[in-house]
Formats: sequence, structure tokens, C-alpha cells
Amino acid sequence: MARVTFVSSFCDNLTGGAESLELSAANVFGLVRALEARFPGMAEHVEKRAAIAVDGEVVQAWGTPISEDSEVLLYPRIAGG
Amino acid sequence: MTKLLDKQELKVVGTRPVRPDGADKVTGKAVYGADYNLPGMLRGAILRSPHAHARILSIDTRKAEALPGVKAVATNADFPKVDMGEIDAGEAGINVDRAGQMCLAREKVFYEGQPVAAVAATSASIAAEAVRLIEVEYEVLPHVIGVEEAMREDAPVLHDDMFTEGLPETPTKPSNVVLRFESAKGDPDAALAAADVVGSGRYSTQPVHQGYIEPQACIVSVGGDGQAQIWCSSQGQFMVRSVTAAITGMNLADLRVVPLEIGGGFGGKTTVYLEPVALVLSKKSGRPVKMVLSREEVFRSTGPGPGAIVDVQIGATKDGILTGAILEMKYQVGAFPGAGCQAGVMHALGCYRIANSRIVGWDVVSNMPSTHAYRAPSAPQSEFAVECAIDDIARQLGMDPIELREKNGVKPGDPSFSGAPYGDIAFMETLAAAKEHPHYAAPLGPNQGRGIAAGWWVNHGGESTAMVSINEDGSAVVATGNPDIGGSRASMAMMAAEVLGLPIEKVRPIVADTSSIGFSMLTGGSRTTFATGRAVSEAAADVVEQLKGRAAMIWGVESDKVEWSDGQARCTDPQQDLPPLSIKDIASKTSKTGGPIAAEKSVNPGDAMQTFGVHICDSEVDPETGHVRIVRYTAVQDVGRAIHPSYVEGQAQGGAVQGIGWALNEAYMFDANGRLDNPGFLDYRMPVASDLPMIDTLLVEKPHPGHPFGVKGVGEVPIVPPLAAVANSVSAATGKRFYDLPLSPARVHAALNGAA
Repeated sequence: MARVTFVSSFCDNLTGGAESLELSAANVFGLVRALEARFPGMAEHVEKRAAIAVDGEVVQAWGTPISEDSEVLLYPRIAGG
Repeated sequence: MTKLLDKQELKVVGTRPVRPDGADKVTGKAVYGADYNLPGMLRGAILRSPHAHARILSIDTRKAEALPGVKAVATNADFPKVDMGEIDAGEAGINVDRAGQMCLAREKVFYEGQPVAAVAATSASIAAEAVRLIEVEYEVLPHVIGVEEAMREDAPVLHDDMFTEGLPETPTKPSNVVLRFESAKGDPDAALAAADVVGSGRYSTQPVHQGYIEPQACIVSVGGDGQAQIWCSSQGQFMVRSVTAAITGMNLADLRVVPLEIGGGFGGKTTVYLEPVALVLSKKSGRPVKMVLSREEVFRSTGPGPGAIVDVQIGATKDGILTGAILEMKYQVGAFPGAGCQAGVMHALGCYRIANSRIVGWDVVSNMPSTHAYRAPSAPQSEFAVECAIDDIARQLGMDPIELREKNGVKPGDPSFSGAPYGDIAFMETLAAAKEHPHYAAPLGPNQGRGIAAGWWVNHGGESTAMVSINEDGSAVVATGNPDIGGSRASMAMMAAEVLGLPIEKVRPIVADTSSIGFSMLTGGSRTTFATGRAVSEAAADVVEQLKGRAAMIWGVESDKVEWSDGQARCTDPQQDLPPLSIKDIASKTSKTGGPIAAEKSVNPGDAMQTFGVHICDSEVDPETGHVRIVRYTAVQDVGRAIHPSYVEGQAQGGAVQGIGWALNEAYMFDANGRLDNPGFLDYRMPVASDLPMIDTLLVEKPHPGHPFGVKGVGEVPIVPPLAAVANSVSAATGKRFYDLPLSPARVHAALNGAA
């Protein structure tokens, strides 16, 4: 199963402070659905607030495949000036 | 087309042609927001809150409406009630309800200068007179400005629906603390306890404005069929369309936004303040409405960068290895959540490999204009504290400050904040270039000191669309959806010219309106030359393939027998002896070969590369007055590859000057009633050319391997190092550590004389 890590505390109010967990998903869309099932509200939170890296690469396309041994990082999306 | 092109092959990229928009700008012909006019247009004016915090009990507009020449009056009640939360309009989303309240207040005013009502009239003077006739009854509420004052239990609470996010459990009591954000790894307490030396302190910075030369301005015209057009200057015409449509309840298809020239933005024009108001007024009056902010209105009602208080402790071994860090930072985000701590937390330690760290950030609202992005938003504040602490460690160790940074600096493959590895970053090369620069070894005069500071920014990619088309005479047009703030038109044209093999004079770039090209995110985050440049390169490459196909058709050979070089199709079939066909030759025959040649490409790259800067500052402190004079300044920066080096150097110079202003002069100052005391450039002092020496620049080119021209993004980084570079130089000159910005003569003089 893919390991999902919440970098920093930005999901704490939805996850109860979980730092990481393991999930199975074919791609980022599936991963977000799985997170929503476990932590209601996460889908919107991730869509609006998160940046996502899969195996060290920042991904914009949520169709990006996730394998069983993928490392997925979720961290805050920030704005430039 | 993602293969990095070899620099030796480049003919246009890396040169310094005159910018396509240059002549119009230096001769005053360029059309900025306030320059645009329409027949029959009305002039708008805004009534603003005189109070820092108050409940609006009533708004009576009858006298204003009765004034001859007044054609429409608007309040927040004219905006439809929206329940959209955040929309994807900027880089990190815009809250529609709050954006609407920054255009026109609803039930409360949260800062002096917040718009309360607006008028459209046949002249600016009538509109101004009408505004004075609007009667607003307020219940004045206690206010709070300072970040730590606003965090106190007994502080006036601005929003009764605001509960601190980022805690394991959502609080039941509202507060001014919007967000707690923590990032931790290892055991920083133990690391600090075991450290041989510790650099520490409580640092503060003040809210500072972007100081763009051009105030916000727009004209909106709503037609009889409900369709509307907006002409305005902004950092993103698509952003203006999205936010204005959301606030006013319009369909995107009914709204067309035409970008005019922009006179600076620096992040401050990544939201709207006027357009929804002008749209309502135009809809009500049936006439175009022009609105232009005054400089005072810009200061009182648009978003500055936040102030911050940062507590820092960084520990190191006696050999200069950084072992642990603990930081806590509190960001003064203004009346609504704005530019906050998250980017500050994420960037604070990103220059260095430190195994143990805990960084806690807080966003706190208070009764000042809601903050907004300002060049590398929120990074200068936190990196200022870190770079001063690093400087203190170097001094304690007797170590060269660049050598200390070289011992600990991040390299390609090191984990970044997110845990993802850094790509082909060039922090080490940038440090080395700074150390080797003649400035670093130059002698200093009396009362002078030298400061060093580093800084970095993550940079962005994101959605961009570009179109390249070939004219009948073989010249080309490049259209993008990104306003040209820092010379992007030139860089877009240069990349297209390089791919097409045309001289730059044959490629004309335009910034297209929202109905003329596909979506692009706004210009910000140092993303345009990187992401939109990739779209341009891909569109140009597509055009080249079409040109090759047309040449093959003309010659009667297979397409794979045609190659493209120097702007010409060449037949590679050894059986054929055909002279090359130029773009002009092929363009003149398009009606016979399949029609016009054009390509539109959309991209959404996620592989933007982080960039780093190292600045060297020499300052001279007058011991009698406390005045700090910048004697010499050098900005060394990792830039990927500079498409147009002059504009990259300009970015580094501009960022350095803004950062120097932040360090020495700039601050929002409020009176006892929470009213801004310095809403103009006389009292809000930004550096001008006569204040500073020439800012020297050195570009370190280590290209992004995944971009066709190696672009990384350059606009954000240069504002990060100056705060600490200046502060460190003043500390070196005086032997005293200064923790609070700005380093005004009064503050420096007091410190030198033992009064602070």
C-alpha cells in the first residue's frame, strides 16, 4: 500500500493529528477519495489547500498513477507574489 | 518539447534585445488602467470607514442618490449572497465572501479605509461630493492592531465565526487566531541543549506595502444583455474574471476581461478591490463606470505584506554544523486571513540541512487591511530571523559567514520541506560565486560593516496557455494570458523566436484577453517565464512541425525528409537538390497547403525548481544620527537560465531595493484609534534611486533540466535576503545586534546610545 504522509500539521483538524497512513489507490483521484472516506472533509481540504508530491515529484495531474510502494506527501499549497 | 537546449546552440535566448513594449512605456504611450476611457463613462468613488472596527447599523444613500449627476449607488447588499467558500482564482484560492467584503463591507468594518458604499456619477467631483452625502451609522467597537495584542484572551474578537484551524480539535470559542501550523522533525530540544553555540533572538518586522507605482484602476461596462467587459490592470485577467464573477453572481461566459498595462504588482494585484463594485454600478446605471484608487486609498484599503514576530533558536557544533532549530512565528495577517505563516514556516530553514527542528506558526487577524501576497510572500520575515541567527553563530565561532553556510547548505537531492528531494538547485554555486565576488573582499571604511544573507523561494508552475501563429509574411505572433509585469513579453517572444528560428523583431508578443485565449493562472510566484514559457515553446515547436509538413508538401517529399534550422526548411533527401524554404516562403503558400499555420498549447507543469540568492551588503552607520547608508550592495542569484539577462538582473535589483526599504524605512504606522498615519509616499518612505548605490548583480546559471530553456523563476527570491543582509551589516558596523525592523535612524541612534 502507498504511504501517505501529512507534512506538518495542516490536516490535523481533520485527521486528529495523524502523521501518516497507508492507503491503496490507483491514482491521486483514488487516493483523495480514500482519504475522504476515512476523514470526511479531506477531499475539499486537499483540493483547496494541498500540494501533492508522488515519489518525490510534485504532481498537478490527479490522474498520476500511484503504486503499492509509492510515497505520497501532502503539504500546504502556498501563493507567490 | 522538454529537452533542454544547449546554450551554445542558442541565438536569441540569452541576448538583450530591446523589449517589445519598451518604446511605448518610455514615451508615455502605453495604456495603463487609469489611461483607458470609454464614451459616456461615469466616474466612481468610494465611501470608506473612518473606524478601525465598527458595526454598521445603517447606510442611508438617499441624499447621494438625489444629487444631480449621480447615476448609481452601491453597497454590499447589491452583491448576491454567496456560499462558495474558496475558489481557485489565484495560486492558493480566494475566499469569495471575504473578497466581497474587501470591496464593500457587509455588517462590520474591520479596518479604517474599508469600503462601505460606492457612487457612480457624471464626473469625479460629483461622485466625490455624493460620497460625502452618504450617512452611515456605526457602533464603534474596540480595535486591536498588534499581533500579540490580538492573540490575548481579552482582545476584541473581529470575527465571531472564526475558530482556530490546525489544532487537533476545533475550539468552541472564536478568536483572532486563524491558524496554528507546525512542522517538526527529530529532537530539537535535545539538539539545542547539546549545541556548542546557539544563535537566538526575537525578531520583528512591520507590515509593508508592495508600493507598486500604479494604483488599481478599471473600467467596467455592462451591456443591455447582461454581458460585461472589464478593462483593468492586474496580475491576472482570468483571476479578475473569476473573482468578479463569483462576487457578483455572473457567468464566466458573460464576462470578458481585457488586460491593460500594469504598473507593478509584486503580489498586491492578485485579487480585486474595484472591479465588482464598478460592475454593480455599471449594471445599475447602464453606463460604463471608471474607478481609480488614489495613493491614499491604496495604502488604506489594499493588502500589504504582513508584519511578524519570530522567535528563533539555532544550535551548532563548534565545527559549524547546524544541529537543531526551534522557531515560533506570529503573522499579522490583517482583517481577514491573508498572506500568512505557512510559507514562512515552509521557507524558514529551507537553505540548510538541519536534522532536528520544530517550527510553529500562527496567523492572527487584527484591525488593519487584510494582507496579501508580496514577493516571496511570508518568506522574508522568517528567513530574516534565521539569517540573523546564522550570522550570530558565525560570529561566535569566528567563522566566515559564507563558509558556515557552505557547511550546511542544501544540495541537489537533499530533502526539501515537503520531504521531496531538491532538484538541480544551485545554492552551493551561488554561495561560491558570492565568496569569489570582488565585493566580498573589498576594504571597508570607518563606521562601515558588511552583512551576508541567503534566501530561497519554492517557485511555481501551474496552468498556462499560449498560442503561436504565423503571419502571411512569415512573421509570428505569440499570444499568452499572462500580464507582462517584469518583461515576460520579451522572454515569450525570445523563446518563440529561438524555436522558430526567426529574428526577435519578427515575433510580436501580445497579452490576450479572457475571451481570446485559453486559461492561464495569474502572473505570480515566478511562474510565467517558466510555465507560460513552456507553453510558448511547445506551441512554437508544433508550428515548426506544421511548417516542415507544408515544406514537404511543396517539395513532394516525405515529412521525415525535412529538417528545420535557422528558420528554414531543408530537404535531407540526398536524391533531391532543393533550395531551403524560409518561413516567409511557406507562409505565402498556406492557402495552397492547408490553411493558416498556428498552434495553441496548454500546460500545467509541477516541476518548478527552487532558487536561491546570496546578498552582500555594506552599510555605513552615522553614530551621531543613527542614519544607515547602504554603501555597496551585490545580489548573487541562482536563476536557472536567463532568457533576457537584463530583465533578470532587473528582478534581482528591484527585489533587493524593496527588501532594503523593508529593512531600513518601511512600516505601517497606526494612531491610537487604529487609523493609518502614513498613507502616502512622503511618510511611508520607500527607497528611491538617490538613496541607494547601483545594485550589482551576478547571475548564476544552472539550468532547469526539465525546461526547454532551463528556466527556474527569478522574481521572488531577491526580496528575501536583504532584510538580514542589511541587519547583519549594521550589526557588523556597530557591534550591536538589531532585532526589530525597520532600522530607522531613531531606533539605531537609541540603541547606540543605550536607550534601547
